[in-house]
Amino acid sequence: MSGNHSADESGPAARVRALEAILTEKGLLDPSALDAIVDTYETRVGPRNGARVVAKAWSDPKYRKWLLEDATGAIASMGFEGRQGAHMVALENTPRVHNVVVCTLCSCYPWPVLGLPPVWYKSAPYRARAVIDPRGVLADFGVTLSDGVEVRVWDSTAEIRYLVLPERPAGTEGWSEERLAELVTRDSMIGTGKPKSAGTA
Amino acid sequence: MNTVHDMGGLQNFGPVVAEANEPAFHHAWERRAFGMVLAMGATRQWNLDQSRFARESLPPALYLSSSYYKIWVEGLARLMVERGMVTRQELADGKPRTPALEVPKLAADQVASGLKRGASTERPASAAARFAPGDRVRTKNLHPRSHTRLPRYCRDKPGVIASVHGVHVFPDANALGHGEDPQWLYAVRFEARDLWGPDTTAAAVYVDCWEPHLEPR
Repeated sequence: MSGNHSADESGPAARVRALEAILTEKGLLDPSALDAIVDTYETRVGPRNGARVVAKAWSDPKYRKWLLEDATGAIASMGFEGRQGAHMVALENTPRVHNVVVCTLCSCYPWPVLGLPPVWYKSAPYRARAVIDPRGVLADFGVTLSDGVEVRVWDSTAEIRYLVLPERPAGTEGWSEERLAELVTRDSMIGTGKPKSAGTA
Repeated sequence: MNTVHDMGGLQNFGPVVAEANEPAFHHAWERRAFGMVLAMGATRQWNLDQSRFARESLPPALYLSSSYYKIWVEGLARLMVERGMVTRQELADGKPRTPALEVPKLAADQVASGLKRGASTERPASAAARFAPGDRVRTKNLHPRSHTRLPRYCRDKPGVIASVHGVHVFPDANALGHGEDPQWLYAVRFEARDLWGPDTTAAAVYVDCWEPHLEPR
């Protein structure tokens, strides 16, 4: 798995052009369907969705309970559902437990709430190391946890997709959901980061 | 199949390098590749597990040296060649020479509803679950040449059932094209020291395991 996407990619570019040309000419592929798929994940679906879920869980105890008991239903109630998110589980971070999500076998990732995975999530360094040395991985992200924290790693081997519910930052009492959502980073919902602190938003 | 896609616990790959403000796609061809893989999946000529197996079956050196979308493209090409949807010669020069198979084609106006609907892998139960949360289990020592979602690092290891996800399509069977063979699926907690001995900074690793991967202990 090369993380170096600036390397010469003329090989796959030509391959993809040939494939699309053949499939289109044979009538197996409608290029406008392809455009619609790409547009969905490039412009409509992304980690802002997950941030809204997290901010709501921080603000609304009933929603938080629902999210932790039935994440699929709670997340769908906000309109986020579908491909790569049919079976959702939310993992609650606490002062004692920190959850990290990985897919060691491929690139499983909760698209409806986080969009498409970043290159590093699909890369060999992350897939190899997250399950054996999560604190080392967190250090790569500049995150240090105290020794007493239990680090749990979740390997997405089935069609269950995991969303980390990070801890609400201190000093955000009374904030609106919209304002809270600004603190929620993509990485904090994977478990490789923490939300932004109140002073930064 | 024991090959390089099964990366959990490998060492020497270096640090995780994140890109700030990363775009969804880095090259125009990645957009087309991503969309094409999803659109061609809608022709229903293969299932999810067969598409994963096609990617895993790439030569190890090619897999390791390829970006993720290149792996997807090569996997797609392999699936279509195997099914006679395209030929290697057509792939080489982009000129169609063989007639198209009669398969369902995804229309643009079906995209939004299809993506929103997703593809549930949950199926009705035909038997009671063998395990319940808290049960002590051991994963089997399996090394099939075919597709499995039981990673090597957690084979023949003791764990505890953390939760029950319901009955889901069993990838190890589905990838063979012999039907979905739905099985109970569990989140299994493995103590990290049972997987790695002292050489770990994790406390526990949770892996989703199907009932045929597990035995009581």
